[in-house]
Amino acid sequence: MMDLDLKTLTYIVVFSTFAMYFAIAWWARASTTSEFYVAGKGIHPILNGMATGADWMSAASFISMAGLIAFLGYGGSVFLMGWTGGYVLLAMLLAPYLRKYGKYTVPEFIGDRYYSKLARIVAVACLIIASLTYIIGQMKGVGVAFSRFLEVEFALGLGIGMFVVWVYAVLGGMKGITYTQIAQYCVLIFAYTVPAVFISLQLTGEPIPQVGLGSKMIGTDMYLLDKLDLIVTDLGFKEYTTAKLGSTLNMFAYTLSLMIGTAGLPHVIMRFFTVSSVKAARSSAGWALVFIALLYTVAPAVGAMARLNLINTIQPAAGENLSYEQRPDWFKNWEKTGLLKFEDKNGDGKIQYVADKDTNEMVKVDRDIMVLANPEIAKLPNWVIALVAAGGLAAALSTAAGLLLAISSSISHDLMKGILTPKISEKTELLSSRIVMTIAILVAGYLGLNPPGFAAGTVALAFGLAASSIFPALMMGIFSKKITATAAIAGMIAGIGVTLLYVFQHHGIMFIKGTEFLGSFDRNWFLGIDPKAFGAVGALVNFGVAFLIQAITSKQPPQHIQDMVDDIRVPRGSS
Amino acid sequence: MSLRDSYWKANLRLMVFCLVIWFVVSFLFGILLVDYLNTFRLGGYKLGFWFAQQGSIYTFVVLIFFYSWRMNKLDRKYGVNEE
Repeated sequence: MMDLDLKTLTYIVVFSTFAMYFAIAWWARASTTSEFYVAGKGIHPILNGMATGADWMSAASFISMAGLIAFLGYGGSVFLMGWTGGYVLLAMLLAPYLRKYGKYTVPEFIGDRYYSKLARIVAVACLIIASLTYIIGQMKGVGVAFSRFLEVEFALGLGIGMFVVWVYAVLGGMKGITYTQIAQYCVLIFAYTVPAVFISLQLTGEPIPQVGLGSKMIGTDMYLLDKLDLIVTDLGFKEYTTAKLGSTLNMFAYTLSLMIGTAGLPHVIMRFFTVSSVKAARSSAGWALVFIALLYTVAPAVGAMARLNLINTIQPAAGENLSYEQRPDWFKNWEKTGLLKFEDKNGDGKIQYVADKDTNEMVKVDRDIMVLANPEIAKLPNWVIALVAAGGLAAALSTAAGLLLAISSSISHDLMKGILTPKISEKTELLSSRIVMTIAILVAGYLGLNPPGFAAGTVALAFGLAASSIFPALMMGIFSKKITATAAIAGMIAGIGVTLLYVFQHHGIMFIKGTEFLGSFDRNWFLGIDPKAFGAVGALVNFGVAFLIQAITSKQPPQHIQDMVDDIRVPRGSS
Repeated sequence: MSLRDSYWKANLRLMVFCLVIWFVVSFLFGILLVDYLNTFRLGGYKLGFWFAQQGSIYTFVVLIFFYSWRMNKLDRKYGVNEE
């Protein structure tokens, strides 16, 4: 093989994947609204599972999660359980029934079930806030990946990313997005597991990372996790395998919020409208989780092994620290990006990495480095590094496309066709969804470039919103025939309201510094629960308020709505 | 009770059974009982830690396919399956 330098190689790999996405989008372009919104309802359950995997696993899953686990240890489990357990809820509580109902969008179901345009508008508002906040993170991910790996300006990288998504999402709609996501899943899972396999082999001699994490260090009689526990506690950090994230109750609430939030995210739910039957919707949720689990069970191995490699590089043996002059190339590269920072506090020219803030000289170790620099730290070949760049971009682009479709369909189908201009033809609706999507891309790009104050907390906010508003409304709509429009709307507003209040009280109104209120309260004052974990409480409030209003007003939905609920509960007659 | 009501009851029973397992492997084994389970080991993994970072996820996958398989049987038994 020719000895290409890393940058050229990365360009080749990244741009060949882009060319592939364009080719697929052209081949799978949409020509009807059914194709544009739900891919003509003809996607095979396994392929839909794969597309759901890519739709779901964002830049955060690909780039940040293993790094989070690396530094949180056991506490990072909330993300692993929370972001997978939601699929059990989705498969049993929502997906089959919403597929049976058989229309195009999530707000459409809420509007029909609660026989209320207001309910539909509230649902559209929740969907747009949740999806838009989520998409900012993807756009930033695209910009970071470009600027680090292809060494272009952040803004230019973002622009290229926007253009790529625009071409295939606007052209192909759900049909094009589905087939592109399938390709993107293959790219991202390959890019994620290849370095993990190499590193697992290096450290434990086991090719399967999930096995490697539970094995002995190569050439020793010590288990990898025991070794890691030993060296992190020596440096003053908490023990890796037992470090909790806040209290036990906080971990409980955090996990539950992420699960409910996952099941309530519209861009994920929508994927289950694309399969051909109720039966297919059930099994497709299983396949989606198979493909997600492939990455999610490798991530803890990547996290633990990366932490071990990082410490071993800085401190090859106890008391023997690396001198700053001899630091490896990856260290220098990441210093340039500002994600890694060293400060020689004791002036001995050597690097001390310890838990104690006063003597720790690694003043910044950004968690994202753990995945992005992992191949370099483990001294893997250049093509593996190029692959990681393409994988990170695939993860960010596939999620962005799904979110854009959720936003554009809720505006063109729910607001325009459903409420404002019901007389437009199919052709006009199709054109308007494409225009709305273009505007959504521009807005998302603008926000990615000029992230508002709340960008840091965006993903947490999206989950909190979905968990406290959309999930309970959908679930009650299916499992209770008695919940009325009034009860459901009151529930959604109360759920979202409580969650937003708690988040804003901690982080400021719309995350603007200085507007935090109730300053006399301790942080996490409500039972020690982190604002990011508050979606579970918001969901409980939503359920509680809805049932309370239902009991007080003692009204019932009209008979045809109760019949509709009866109908969605059985698979027969789906279309 | 109509046939459809019995079908719905059977579905709810199956669902509750699956959700109990869902709760046990993640919230109970992975969080509430983690310290106790960590006194046992699975190779190099402490058992509670293994449930939190591996075991719960594998169980979720099996659960969904189990639910899906049983529901298909229920659909046919009560004659509400799709043609």
